[in-house]
Amino acid sequence: MSTLPLPTERESSSPWGRVTRALPTVLSSLLAIAIALLAGAVVLALSGANPIPAYEALFAGAFGGRRELAETLVMATPLILGGLAFAVAARAGLFNIGIEGQMVVGGLCAGLVAAWDPGLPVFIHLPLAVLAGMMAGSVWGFIPGFLKAQTGAHEVITTIMLNYLAYRISTVVIGQENFPLVNPALQATLPALENARLPRLIEGTRLHAGILIALAAAAVVWFLLYRTVFGYKIRTVGLSPGAAAFAGIPWGRTIALAMLLSGLLAGLGGTVDALGLQGRYYNVTLGIGFTSIAVGLVGRNTPFGVVLAGLLFGALASGATKMQNTAGISRDIVYVLLAFVILSVSALAVAQQFRQAKRLASRARGMTRDRAAQDAGDPLVEPSPPSRAI
Amino acid sequence: MTIQDDNGTAPAVEMRGIVKRFPGVVANDGIEFAVRRGEIHALLGENGAGKSTLMNILFGLYHPDEGEIRVNGRPVRFESARDAVRAGLAMVHQHFMLIPRFTVTENIILGSEGAGIMLDRGSAGQQVAELAGRYGFDIDPEAIVGALPVGMQQRVEILRALYQGGKTLILDEPTALLTPQEVDELYDVLNRLRESGDTIIFITHKLREVAAISDRVTVIHRGRTVGTRATKETTASQLAEMMVGRAVSLRVDRPPARPGEPVLVAEDLQLLGSQGHAALNGVHLELRRGEILGICGVEGNGQAELIEVLSGLRRPQRGRVLLKGQDVTATGPNSRRRMGLSYIPEDRHGRGLVLPFSLTENVLLGNAEETPFSSGGRIDYPRSRTLTERLMRAFDVRAPTPDIAAAALSGGNQQKLIIARELHREPDALLAVQPTRGLDVGAIEFVHKQLVAERDKGRGVLLISFDLDEVMDLSDRILVLCEGRIVGDFLNGTVTRTELGLLMGGRGLDEHAPAAD
Repeated sequence: MSTLPLPTERESSSPWGRVTRALPTVLSSLLAIAIALLAGAVVLALSGANPIPAYEALFAGAFGGRRELAETLVMATPLILGGLAFAVAARAGLFNIGIEGQMVVGGLCAGLVAAWDPGLPVFIHLPLAVLAGMMAGSVWGFIPGFLKAQTGAHEVITTIMLNYLAYRISTVVIGQENFPLVNPALQATLPALENARLPRLIEGTRLHAGILIALAAAAVVWFLLYRTVFGYKIRTVGLSPGAAAFAGIPWGRTIALAMLLSGLLAGLGGTVDALGLQGRYYNVTLGIGFTSIAVGLVGRNTPFGVVLAGLLFGALASGATKMQNTAGISRDIVYVLLAFVILSVSALAVAQQFRQAKRLASRARGMTRDRAAQDAGDPLVEPSPPSRAI
Repeated sequence: MTIQDDNGTAPAVEMRGIVKRFPGVVANDGIEFAVRRGEIHALLGENGAGKSTLMNILFGLYHPDEGEIRVNGRPVRFESARDAVRAGLAMVHQHFMLIPRFTVTENIILGSEGAGIMLDRGSAGQQVAELAGRYGFDIDPEAIVGALPVGMQQRVEILRALYQGGKTLILDEPTALLTPQEVDELYDVLNRLRESGDTIIFITHKLREVAAISDRVTVIHRGRTVGTRATKETTASQLAEMMVGRAVSLRVDRPPARPGEPVLVAEDLQLLGSQGHAALNGVHLELRRGEILGICGVEGNGQAELIEVLSGLRRPQRGRVLLKGQDVTATGPNSRRRMGLSYIPEDRHGRGLVLPFSLTENVLLGNAEETPFSSGGRIDYPRSRTLTERLMRAFDVRAPTPDIAAAALSGGNQQKLIIARELHREPDALLAVQPTRGLDVGAIEFVHKQLVAERDKGRGVLLISFDLDEVMDLSDRILVLCEGRIVGDFLNGTVTRTELGLLMGGRGLDEHAPAAD
């Protein structure tokens, strides 16, 4: 240890410092996408298609014009909200697989309230419908959080079970012949009243105000996580339950509230889909809640990253239609592509995490008695791992 | 070329020009190290000096980037620990690699069972008994290892090393878990091994041990050999200077205490441990303002539980905790902190810090809800950051900015950050658990000075340490904790190491009342 490495990384809280710190993460995500596209090209080639026109169609379908861009944003909207939901839970150290179910109950409740006609003006009825969706999602998120806090029941199990419960409840409610707000034949609620719909942003496209809600939600989540005491508690509990206990942060209450917030965001995702895109709630499983998990992971559970990942996934989804129509390639190949993106991003994330964990472990071991690893040096400063990446 | 030692025989171990680099750091930077056959050779250095790296290289666990290793004069290149064992080396790890539910014999033959399917337990037991007899180890080959005291378990480790044919034993900080009496017994064992011609490498960072047991000592500092000396021809302060690279004061400067009124009181604490035994069994203690109250004891005798109860992390089944005269038994860590109790936890990484958090965020730990760190639920980051910078300057936390992750700091700097955070609250009582564990001599000096300074400001400092020397150096009053009970209460200076050691080892348990001071 004769050479103390000088601090190589200048970190600062200036915006520029934050950008440069995030750069490696962004680069590695881009690398992962490139790898996924290459792997997808191989699959395309193997299936007898020429990957180049296929990708051209995919790109054109995602970014080729006003309508295509709008469609990308439309597809990205619920994914961003779902990704935020996943990220909030992950920051508290929880794996929320229940986003799907939280979206279902959120969409259902928002759809019912939106179809209900008590003659309310738009500035009351729309917020009311949105609130209903958020509340429903919150409840669906809070239950597993509460169970974990009280009994230790693992959230992966309980959220999966709550997904099924949400599907069934939705089917039962929608299937009620004599319930005035649903249309069992269509397997949907009645259409949302004009007063309870999210306004369209650009005529001639499907783009609705949901994207603004999603972006605002990302900003709010960022503020909550990184600027408030509540967010600090969530992150502390997620990274180090021991330190949280030391600081008197109640673990149970914090994770239950984090799950509530996560469910709220997921419920909002279901809500904007029903009130913005569909105009009613349909009892069909779209799997958006599960894709949201991937959005959260690819976005490294940061609000900004989730927005970018949501846009990427939205672009792939919207490009898939064009690819299918013009290049004659099944949109299933897009799911293959998505799978490759998830795989390569996760692989890179895991590799990074592994390196970081090894470094932390070698220090932790130094604290206990096996000093072998610590003897590798305890330099004053070593290039720090990105502090915000999970 | 091989260095010939006095007798003309080749050294048992010779390492020349050993270089080992890890990403960003040179752990060994041209180390020269030679051990004569039949000597006890201490390898002395601070934490992080490169001792363990060097020994792991010798034992085949790491490969050196440069340099040459000879064992008994023959150049060797070990691919794995197995090769090293074959060459007659054996390592006794600091944390024993024993299976608690196996017998002594089973543990000893583990890994050298031979090629057959059937274990020849009978003859193995005989061999173990023979081996133990030859070295005068008083040990029952059929005893279950988990039921043996730590000192005995260590002997099992040593026996295993000998059983595997070890002629050169590497002992990695072997005294870390032992009571003073067990340390003396270990010295006897090592002396016997030396008499029968074995070679011993004794890794340590304690000067006292070097003087007590070694024939020669090699000091390394920052990955380089500072020098090798005959132990008899050197002094503790010379060695300390070699080890640290500058003159250090080995004594804690501690003017007499002026104890005031009690600030933290525990009455009759009773707590069941995880296995249903009484982890705390009627603990009384009284910490006064202006004193350092040291609690010594062997690890696992209730220290962890005591601190959890005092800090508010756990509630006792019986008994009370009084802070500044108020009953706080039912309150959590936060309200105790607000009332003036600060706590330097033993587990720096698991409890004291959130490693991926920035230094600022770590200063927020336990402070996040209070002004000036936050208001109205919103954290004031710029202000917290400024405060962190100020604390870093005041407590000499060396880091370029408060924005880097705590994981990037050295152990000493991490500890300084924790101390800065806890002391900035100007507590009335301070709990310090193993505050210098794993730190180098310079950082230890700093921490000790801070604790004494707190005391002199009229605060009560409760020090829990497994290092008896630390307790004796710092404390005004010393309690001995054994099996969840206070078995001794002394004014420092009225008790000897030996007496404390006996009490730590369980000698005071039979008496009903704790020894008077």
